[in-house]
Amino acid sequence: MATTEAAKAAKRQKDKWLLRLYVAGQTPKCIAAFANLKKICAEFLEDQYQIEVIDLLDNPQLARGDQIVAIPTLVRNLPEPVRKIIGDLSNTEKVLVGLDLRGRS
Amino acid sequence: MKKNSEASRPALAKAPTGIRGLDEITFGGLPRGRPTLVCGRAGCGKTLFSIEFLVHGAIEYDEAGVFIAFEETEEDLTKNVASLGYDLADLCRRKKLTIDYIRVERSEIQETGEYDLEGLFVRLGYAIDAIGAKRVVLDTIEAIFSGFSNVNILRAELRRLFRWLKDRGVTAVITAEQGDGTLTRHGLEEYVSDCVILLDHRVREQISTRRLRVVKYRGSSHGTNEYPFLIDEQGLSVLPITSLGLEHKATSERVSTGIESLDQMLGGKGYYRGTSILVSGTAGTGKTSIAAHLVDAACRRGERCVYFSAEESPAQVIRNLRSIGLDLDPWIKKGLLHFDATRPNFHGLEMHLLRIHKLIAEIKPKIAVFDPVSGYLSLGDSLEVRSMITRLLDYLKSRQITSVFNTLVEGGHAELQSEIGVSSLMDTWILLRNLEHNGERNRGLFILKARGIAHSNQIREFIFTDHGVELKDVYVGTEGVLTGSARAAQEAREKAAARLRLEATERKRRELERKRRALEAQILALRAQFENEADEFQKEIAIEKTREQVLEAERVQMARLRLGNGATKAKRERNGKGA
Repeated sequence: MATTEAAKAAKRQKDKWLLRLYVAGQTPKCIAAFANLKKICAEFLEDQYQIEVIDLLDNPQLARGDQIVAIPTLVRNLPEPVRKIIGDLSNTEKVLVGLDLRGRS
Repeated sequence: MKKNSEASRPALAKAPTGIRGLDEITFGGLPRGRPTLVCGRAGCGKTLFSIEFLVHGAIEYDEAGVFIAFEETEEDLTKNVASLGYDLADLCRRKKLTIDYIRVERSEIQETGEYDLEGLFVRLGYAIDAIGAKRVVLDTIEAIFSGFSNVNILRAELRRLFRWLKDRGVTAVITAEQGDGTLTRHGLEEYVSDCVILLDHRVREQISTRRLRVVKYRGSSHGTNEYPFLIDEQGLSVLPITSLGLEHKATSERVSTGIESLDQMLGGKGYYRGTSILVSGTAGTGKTSIAAHLVDAACRRGERCVYFSAEESPAQVIRNLRSIGLDLDPWIKKGLLHFDATRPNFHGLEMHLLRIHKLIAEIKPKIAVFDPVSGYLSLGDSLEVRSMITRLLDYLKSRQITSVFNTLVEGGHAELQSEIGVSSLMDTWILLRNLEHNGERNRGLFILKARGIAHSNQIREFIFTDHGVELKDVYVGTEGVLTGSARAAQEAREKAAARLRLEATERKRRELERKRRALEAQILALRAQFENEADEFQKEIAIEKTREQVLEAERVQMARLRLGNGATKAKRERNGKGA
């Protein structure tokens, strides 16, 4: 399977997945996004990931760096290239495609 | 009651843009604390408009601004407007301006599920708070439509954004691309409805013209026309003619044209200051020379003049005028005369108009010459040119500047039809025409109209001499209008005829004199004869008298002798008679 191969490849590279989730307060969308993200990571990335949640209401200046417009936005900073997924991450398939964990079909 | 409420009604607060001309059209600027939509096609000047709004706000009105750029990076923006003398980096350092470049790249973004644009709000809010901004520009917000696929979310968020901007009380400019048949491609005018400004950039015959129109302005009156605007090295300026007013003052001061005989034709005093003079004629009839005379006369009075030459270079005009004894060069050196030579097709009409405005505002002349104005005809249809000239005239008249428009009439056209149809706008119309007769062409001049001046109705022959232009009476007779050599011949003929007439009169006079003398001689003779006769008559009377006395004496003698002898007495009496 492509998924496992990619995951294995990720493991082989010993690359740490650095994921940033940008939220703005405790809105239902943001909470849902965080929950969905944790679920997906636990399932597909095992221990290879690190999630950083940035609340723009607390740190608005951070929105500039990753060019955040939509909320919630998930940014994959590592491995390169940078990927962005917006929305509440409710569609696991799309999240996997967006994170390059699954080839686009 | 109503009056009272009207008087106390607060005027809509406005934020001046600082863009020349725009604040006049909108009577003060954009609605303060509300969003304004600026739309137009690519390259029409939306970004520059919004930058100027912020820069003028920061520098002139002490209102800090936020520029949210969706299309250009900070660096690009800074570079692009540096040529206009705006130092964005410096403004940013002084916390007068914040530029935030928002890049929305669809290929980088995967959408899953619900989202909103809170990130944009956060960034905007942060930027506003950081410098206490009063002005915000979103350029071009529509870029987000290409970045996100969920149009419903976008529309809802935009609606929220504009409400949010209003709540924040910032004066915002939102730019948008013009769509086909709609003001904006994505219907932003539905959300931003307080003020909508449309920028337009038309190219006709390879010449571009920019126009601006205030489509709507809720709660305020505004100029509704399309106003030409210009982007030049000083940025954006809207043509500062807000109304085509007819309120200019009219002086009764009359000034000389510099051609004495033309002054004579104009009621002996020349033209009214601050009026418009149209000089029309076919090629080579001497329009430039007439204009040059007016300029020369004005400079002699110490008045400043501007000469807009559309066909010849200043050097050429000056050289050519020297041939008729007019030297304009000293006036240029003295700074009284300013030449501006620009080909008509170098700019669009509006650009010309703006340049003319600027130059006139700068030089403040008393007389402005446009030679020829017909050159502008190639830049637009006659309606546009007419409108341009109308506005130009209004501008000049409001400043009491005399304007001289030379217009070329094509040979095939009716002479009385000034090509641009501006004759009705002109106060004085001098028509030059070629009079072709007897195998030569001569120039004729007449004054078709001169408002408020008892002008001559005569055609005059227009002659170039080495000391300027002269006007001569032409001969109008059974043979038509005679000019040139025909006129000279006619003059000679008339001289000869006059001489003949003179001689004939002299002859008659002499004859009469002779007759008179003869008559007098006769009278003398008759009188002499009469006197002779009268003398003789007197003599006879005297003789008769003597004789009578003698007879009487004799009779007395006889009577004395015959006292008492009656018969002898009678006999003596008879004898006495017989003797």
